[in-house]
Amino acid sequence: MTAIAERPTASAAGRPPTSDRREGWRRRGPLMPALIFTIIVTQVPFLLTLFYSFQSWNLLRPGSFHFVGLSNYVAVVKDAEFRNALWITVLTTLGAAIIALVLGTMLALLLERQVLGRGVIRTLLISPFLVMPAAAGLLWKTTMFDPVYGLVNWVLTPFGVHNVDFVGQFPLASVMTVMVWRWTPFMMLIMLAGLQAQPTDVIEAARVDGARPFAIFREVTLPYLRPYMELGLLLGAIYIVGTFDEIYIMTQGGPGTATTNLPYYLYQRTFQGYDIGQAASLGVATVILTFIVASVALRTVFRLFTETEGR
Amino acid sequence: MAAQKRTGAARAGWTALAWLVGIVFFFPVLWMVLTSFKQERDAYTTTPHIVFTPTLDQYKAVFSGGIGTAVANSAIATIFSTLLVLVLAIPAAYALSIRPIKRYRDGLFFFISTKMLPIVAAIVPIFLAVRNLGAMDNIWTMVVLYAAMNLPIAVWMLRSFFLEVPRETLEAARLDGAGVRQELTEVMLPVVAPGVAATALICVIFSWNEFFFALNLTATRAATVPFFLVGFITSEGLYWAQLSAAATLASLPVLLAGWIAQKQLVRGLSMGAIK
Repeated sequence: MTAIAERPTASAAGRPPTSDRREGWRRRGPLMPALIFTIIVTQVPFLLTLFYSFQSWNLLRPGSFHFVGLSNYVAVVKDAEFRNALWITVLTTLGAAIIALVLGTMLALLLERQVLGRGVIRTLLISPFLVMPAAAGLLWKTTMFDPVYGLVNWVLTPFGVHNVDFVGQFPLASVMTVMVWRWTPFMMLIMLAGLQAQPTDVIEAARVDGARPFAIFREVTLPYLRPYMELGLLLGAIYIVGTFDEIYIMTQGGPGTATTNLPYYLYQRTFQGYDIGQAASLGVATVILTFIVASVALRTVFRLFTETEGR
Repeated sequence: MAAQKRTGAARAGWTALAWLVGIVFFFPVLWMVLTSFKQERDAYTTTPHIVFTPTLDQYKAVFSGGIGTAVANSAIATIFSTLLVLVLAIPAAYALSIRPIKRYRDGLFFFISTKMLPIVAAIVPIFLAVRNLGAMDNIWTMVVLYAAMNLPIAVWMLRSFFLEVPRETLEAARLDGAGVRQELTEVMLPVVAPGVAATALICVIFSWNEFFFALNLTATRAATVPFFLVGFITSEGLYWAQLSAAATLASLPVLLAGWIAQKQLVRGLSMGAIK
């Protein structure tokens, strides 16, 4: 903004254009190290992925490197396991993000009700998010979900549940339980921030006018919370879509391919098959798919960011 | 009176419910800590044992199992990647807020878009590059990768703090003839120091917990804590108490940091969108 405002004055003062350019570089200078670092570490690998995706190259067979055109992509399109992984990614991401958002909103509303020991309860509630994901996966798989000694089985015994092998029988539900457990606190924090920024005078006015609590919630609080819900859902989805730790630790993508999401499938193809060309084309396909979703998400996020900034 | 009594009862009810939910959510964490002080025979019971004789045996076992090296590696990766992020992100955020470049929105967009692309999609060339450079199983490789992973979040977050610096203070400093560097170190940093701390916290959380790169690019020398935990997958049936001790040690630093800095947490996770 200042750049645009300053320009006419610079030329009006009759300064040569070189100082204008120098000023531009002076502004850009501080950005450059971060920009170059990010390009080298994150963008160059993507370009290389693109290059590899047109090659046939298996690390276990030296000398196998040669150009094969689009045949890796043809294989991806025909690959039923890829479609399965895509579906599981969509299902777990949307499912976990939405359930976590609903639970998180309910928890935030609960905490807003002048409860005693609010700070302590909030501390308890955010803990699942802070536990190392790999550790959480291990603990849920063993001490919680174990068919014989697991706590979940013990708690559900009065309801007629006996020695259920949760991870084996309901792998997707088990993994998603851990994801929801981990991401509900995140959603709660965002919704709490939204509730706290809510103008109390509107609610007070509605209450004076005799509005019922539920009506106040639906007509005042909920519309106010909507941008925070969108933000939570989008950021949550961005984080959750890359879930790898829990799946690697709890199920290794199994049984069969029941919990193989895209990150896990890519990992498998790269480090178990060592088929670089194939893995790279899968990577590119994943990037294209994510980019379609992300560009929609990005636009929304950007709008939300500028909205909250304007306040 | 009646109305007051009713709201009092309602408050007690909501309080009880909130505590119940809080404890349910926290229970797996509590159980992890409790189990870590048990003997293995107390950890394997069909009826959970709340009362038991606490022991430090599991922690001793975990330390002799080599978690110390993993903790040291994790600490190096976390501390140095966070420092690298701050060194790169502070000037970048400055160029995107205080003295914005002409197309600062494109800059912001670029940084956040790298965060949207899944890390796994770049693992093939990163793996090959690291292998060809002879940088496998090297903790400094992790430092660089974690810095790249956290840099976009840090830029966004720091920018949101920089935007809060009062314009007048800056203008005054500029009138006094302060250069860019002076402006940054003498006017900006004192004001945004809490923001820098919050950003560092978020970077610490993400790099301490990072698993995917550690799993694929480290082995024995540079193994970090999450990688150390993988060793329990194969022997899970036998060592729950020991596993819990390792998990407790692994989670403790981030748990403490997050508890202390709860307010900064939400701002960091929302990349500065929520204050």
